[in-house]
Amino acid sequence: MKPRHQRMLAVGLAIAGITIAAGLTLKAFDENMMFFIDISDVVAGNYPQERNFRIGGLVVENSIEREEGSLDMRFRVTDMQCELNVTYNGVLPDLFREGQGVVAHGAIVAGEVFVADKILAKHDENYMAPEVAASLAKHADEKLTPLQKDGVECNSG
Amino acid sequence: MIPEIGHFALILALSLAVCQGVLPLVGAHRDDKALMSVARSTSFGQLFFVMISFGCLIWVFINDDFSVLYVASNSQLSLPTPYKISAVWSAHEGSLLMWILILAIWTAAVAKFNPGIPQKLISRVIGVLGLLSVGFLLFILLTSNPFERLIPAALDGADLNPLLQDPGLVIHPPILYIGYVGFSVAFAFAIAAMISGELDQNWARWTRPWTTLAWLFLTIGIALGSWWAYYELGWGGWWFWDPVENASFMPWLIGTALIHSLAVTERRGLFKSWTLLLAITAFSLSLLGTFLVRSGIIVSVHAFATDPTRGFFILAFLAIVVIGALLLYAWRAPALDSNVGFSPLSRETFLLLNNVLLVIATTLVLFGTLAPLIVEILNGGKISIGAPWFEIAFLIPMIPLVLLLGLGMHTAWRKQSSGPWIRLLRLPAIAAVVIGVALPLMFYERVNLLLIIGCGSAAWIVISSLIQPVRSWSQKKGTAGITRSALGMSIAHLGMGLFVIGVTITSAFGIESDRAMRIGESLEVAGLQFEFRELREVQGPNYKAIEGVLEIRDGGEFIGIVRPQKRQYLVQKNWMTEAGIHPTWNKDLFVALGDEIGDDTWSVRIQYKPMIRFIWIGAFIMAVGGLVTLTDRRYRKVVI
Repeated sequence: MKPRHQRMLAVGLAIAGITIAAGLTLKAFDENMMFFIDISDVVAGNYPQERNFRIGGLVVENSIEREEGSLDMRFRVTDMQCELNVTYNGVLPDLFREGQGVVAHGAIVAGEVFVADKILAKHDENYMAPEVAASLAKHADEKLTPLQKDGVECNSG
Repeated sequence: MIPEIGHFALILALSLAVCQGVLPLVGAHRDDKALMSVARSTSFGQLFFVMISFGCLIWVFINDDFSVLYVASNSQLSLPTPYKISAVWSAHEGSLLMWILILAIWTAAVAKFNPGIPQKLISRVIGVLGLLSVGFLLFILLTSNPFERLIPAALDGADLNPLLQDPGLVIHPPILYIGYVGFSVAFAFAIAAMISGELDQNWARWTRPWTTLAWLFLTIGIALGSWWAYYELGWGGWWFWDPVENASFMPWLIGTALIHSLAVTERRGLFKSWTLLLAITAFSLSLLGTFLVRSGIIVSVHAFATDPTRGFFILAFLAIVVIGALLLYAWRAPALDSNVGFSPLSRETFLLLNNVLLVIATTLVLFGTLAPLIVEILNGGKISIGAPWFEIAFLIPMIPLVLLLGLGMHTAWRKQSSGPWIRLLRLPAIAAVVIGVALPLMFYERVNLLLIIGCGSAAWIVISSLIQPVRSWSQKKGTAGITRSALGMSIAHLGMGLFVIGVTITSAFGIESDRAMRIGESLEVAGLQFEFRELREVQGPNYKAIEGVLEIRDGGEFIGIVRPQKRQYLVQKNWMTEAGIHPTWNKDLFVALGDEIGDDTWSVRIQYKPMIRFIWIGAFIMAVGGLVTLTDRRYRKVVI
């Protein structure tokens, strides 16, 4: 091979490699991008189908139920307007408590329950994830007006 | 009184920093020796006053002066004294003061140890460092005074966040900051070179050791942080691709590129403007990291209480530094480059590829870190990018990087003839492939393509790093047969190889199992039996704890006992998980207690982490390699 051909081959291989790498990166990006969805929107059915997303809000008081001696548990999360049932199987983070803020990763299974595969812990008891704080603030305002949003009405307590 | 002295000392430090930032630069411009000589004394003076200020802050912490707001928010009477000291840098104000202290130490060190560097250059370097210091001192005095009084004084403090009450967190932030801030020296050298319009190979020789020193501290700092997260956050991961971790990792990646690019600039006088750009970028990313951590703009597990005005100040400072530096770069850098050729098969080519791949890796990490922010600004909703994306994206530039690393180490500058090169590397390459297949099969009884790539490339780097030192020893020359630079490089790359082994094996064969466990019950995880022997109460200095005692056996053979705890700190009343870890060189057995989920039944997380220690050992050896290169003879030569 002449040096010129060698160079063209090298450039060609590099371009092919970069294209494949960029494709893989973007595909992985799309698969791993998780939206944060307000509880009210989830209840209204406005959530990404067949993929994971994040929810957040306050754990409803007295909503934690466990099966005796098993890791299976369920609880409800509220954005002060609507409530959502969440199930989880695993060890909980230290700061998980009723009445406290929580963020969960997972998906809706069978159209009603959010099955969490990850529950997030925060470092600080006074800290609340900004998106949770924003979601709570938004719906706390809406509580003053009729409980109506995108055609859903929730009777949250 | 003491807090006011500390505050006043900071103001004095600021006035000296202004002198240090202005006079030597003017002096260098006018060729005025008297003005240039101010650089040295002002930098020592500034260090003196910053040390007084830092000492005052330590003093108020040790003496529980709760009339100081920062102490009242971050300490407590019954806190053990070492943690009272580390509480100084546990939150924003104190860590900023530590940043300033470390910058002053670096500056004074540059002012003291600069054999053979012309006065003009060193004055400019110290002047630029002085200007950076002015920015940070203004920041602390205007927005984040650690000595602010609390009137009336509190009777007791709100306590240090229990997560931070740990030996790892006593040393992790200072070491990390030494690394972060250390890139300011390379930055200052770059700015000084651009101001003067002169950049020769000596410049690179003077800049290199400072950069390597900063890099090695950053390496250790990041490794300590990872180790702390592993055992203290309680859940056994060692890297989460969290924005704050990324914030420290990006300067590391660019710093690594900078070290390699400086090597080319020093040896061959090439890549000059590229080296300057990397020096600017490394420090800018350090500032960006500070901004990300402090502004609360990005959701992070590290996000403690944050404040947007501070974020704004840092952003403005970042903008001034970056835009200023880049304008200077655009104006001056093109004139600096020299046209020396090199053949496609030469060390220059490999170092160029190293730089390109590291910059790609940094760009990917930066993209993933900022993507949620960008999407939100564009009103695309609130997204987060999962760690799996980072793992895939990061691997793409890393695989070619480690493969090329083994080749590049044995390539000559300028031009390498391919015959001897292929003969030298043929056997190691074959051995690496064989090991890549055999190692996972023999010890873990499973193999796939990713494992072959991981183990094979690790073996490839390890063997390749050992060629030169082993040859030197086998010729009975000992360390005389190899320069300290080459030896350090071999050691650092060896560390990289061990790191790759650790990452590959841990991610492929680690086992993580959440289980419900009754006291007295025995479970099997990873072929080992974990028996929950008892649960007891333990009293700590400022906490009480429930401690599980688990005995680990391998069939009949006793392996060890682990004692995971759930601690409740007396002031903040929060529960904290302390994992029980049984470490050996080739695996960690990790048990964390969850909650009591029934009668004498607890949720537990049991983990088997093979080779995980190699991750931190590898990083530590990389840092040792950096240290060895610093002892190279040519950095001590005074004559040019």
